[in-house]
Amino acid sequence: MNGGAENTRTITYREAVREAIREAILKDERVFLMGEDVGHYGGCFAVSKGLLEEFGPDRIRDTPLCESAFVGAGIGAALGGMRPIVEIMTVNFSLLAADQILNNAATYLHMSGGLFNVPLVIRMATGGGRQLAAQHSHSLEGWYAHIPGVKVLTPATLEDARGMLGTALEDPDPVLIFENNTLYNMEGELPSDPGPVEIDRAKVRRQGGDLTIITYGGSLFKALEAAEGLAKEGIDAEVIDLRTLRPLDNETFLASIAKTHRGLVVDEGWRSGGISAEISARIMEGVFFELDAPVQRICTAEVPLPYAKHLEEAALPQVDKIMETARKMVQTNG
Amino acid sequence: MNGEGVKAEQRATIDRDHGQHLLRQMLRIRRLEEKSAELYSAQRIRGFLHLYIGEEAVAVGVMEALTPEDAVVATYREHGHALARGMSPGAIMAEMYGKQEGCCRGRGGSMHLFDDTTRFYGGNAIVGGGLPIAVGLALADKMRNKRQVTCCFFGDGAVAEGEFHESMNLAALWQLPVLFVCENNLYAMGTALRYCESVTELTRKAAGYDVAAISVEGMDVLEVEAAATKAAADVRSGSGPCFLECRTYRFRGHSMFDAELYRTKEEVVEWKRRDPIANLIGQLKEKALLTETDLEKMEREVALEIEEAVAFAEACTYEPVEDLTRFVYSERRKV
Repeated sequence: MNGGAENTRTITYREAVREAIREAILKDERVFLMGEDVGHYGGCFAVSKGLLEEFGPDRIRDTPLCESAFVGAGIGAALGGMRPIVEIMTVNFSLLAADQILNNAATYLHMSGGLFNVPLVIRMATGGGRQLAAQHSHSLEGWYAHIPGVKVLTPATLEDARGMLGTALEDPDPVLIFENNTLYNMEGELPSDPGPVEIDRAKVRRQGGDLTIITYGGSLFKALEAAEGLAKEGIDAEVIDLRTLRPLDNETFLASIAKTHRGLVVDEGWRSGGISAEISARIMEGVFFELDAPVQRICTAEVPLPYAKHLEEAALPQVDKIMETARKMVQTNG
Repeated sequence: MNGEGVKAEQRATIDRDHGQHLLRQMLRIRRLEEKSAELYSAQRIRGFLHLYIGEEAVAVGVMEALTPEDAVVATYREHGHALARGMSPGAIMAEMYGKQEGCCRGRGGSMHLFDDTTRFYGGNAIVGGGLPIAVGLALADKMRNKRQVTCCFFGDGAVAEGEFHESMNLAALWQLPVLFVCENNLYAMGTALRYCESVTELTRKAAGYDVAAISVEGMDVLEVEAAATKAAADVRSGSGPCFLECRTYRFRGHSMFDAELYRTKEEVVEWKRRDPIANLIGQLKEKALLTETDLEKMEREVALEIEEAVAFAEACTYEPVEDLTRFVYSERRKV
């Protein structure tokens, strides 16, 4: 497990999330994990593998297939003084719990005039790219980001996969964490004793002066790959990882666009009415006169995601499309 | 008891004080509701208003079985539950007025009354939506070894919702201390139970989850109290959840907008003959535990309490618009 540098080790995204859960359970007796197949099966994506054996069925709690009830039970347990981590297998299944998330978790604090906050963390897998077709592949984190009262986190890096959960558990309000399913096998270096991360700010993952690519989650690595390709052509792209979709950190991307004068949003959600539209609107509202080219968006094609590999690939944002769009934007002079 | 709907025949034995206490609690609800209807017509209260008139025996009887440490989850028809649980009529009335001295600063209104000091967790206006929350509150209590009961009220309409079935299963599977109280008033808004359910005998729903179930005459506060007391004691002892069906009837429409096209006047008149308040007055007088003078005095005191609540609500203030976006996220950063 020893990595290259001293005091770091090689770890996968999946292991980073598992470590974060494990640490939280060890640190706080109020924390427990609950969801479908988190225990005996070891987690649909093997995130919680081994935790049942270590912590027992009270704290690694297998649930029946009843998203609405176990998410609601998470809300109730949070109201009752616990700090539950609820796992929903995929974002598509979360729609069965949408009532509890929107009508209860997001509203209790407000409806009660500040009396009852809901310190609940919900984790779920999101995103396409694994040929899982139209009921297991969508990216609905942008929908959830529409809802006042919840926070929406999209950890893309190992550091965030490891660090965001602990910070989310310290938050007094409901936090939804979206883990892009293509990232679970991603491997890299992480300090052996990683600290917590803050969840309020976007991060510049690559510095550049010619245009700003704004993205998050699984698309971050496509954007970074595109930026490396563009660099070889003499185009210097800045890449921003939003990290948190609600509250959205305007400041970081607006400051970047004020510098590069061009903004490209890459979002695995659908284009119409999506988070990419929101980001574009905020750019118009905030730095319109800084722009040298119209804001562009690369989103998932407006189809339910198909099974066939070539069609799914064509539907999702891809590196070549990002590069092509970036080239055209840079050729445009304000 | 498992699997079978059992009719609770037993009534609580009462003395003068307790009998009069139950009567007063029901009268407080009745008069608060009547005043609310009046204030709604006068447009002092707006939005939706769902009155509990006719069903008072259920909330009052069940609350007698709970301790202050227990938790309550209720529905949008919850003024009676809030009052019987110990919330002040002034805070309830001010909430319905939309004033900041209301129990939820005017952000909840009639359908969303909350109170932390009495562990009153709403006020849920999504039918069935409160059941999973009750399961979670009970889970927290069980995980922390607290001998507390979570009492969850819902109507007959809720049993058609998936959340009812999911919650019954979870509570039974995990043997959680939830007292499920189904207020069966025969109508899911305006659709009769027989048009909603393939099985209208609701205790049989509980049987499917191996949850102990009892059905009681919900128009008799003593019968409700006796059944709830036994059920709550069973739940508290760790024997898992219990399902208590209270057969009741709402005398008014579903909300203030209801033309009541779905039921006959004769049916309403028939049920009003079983008015839980008149019923208890009759029983107490028969046992010489209440005199006409007692009743008049009680009515005067209740009327005064409600008048004071209204005066309080009238005098209360509105939250400044500058505070609009408060309470979307907690003002304290860490828990």
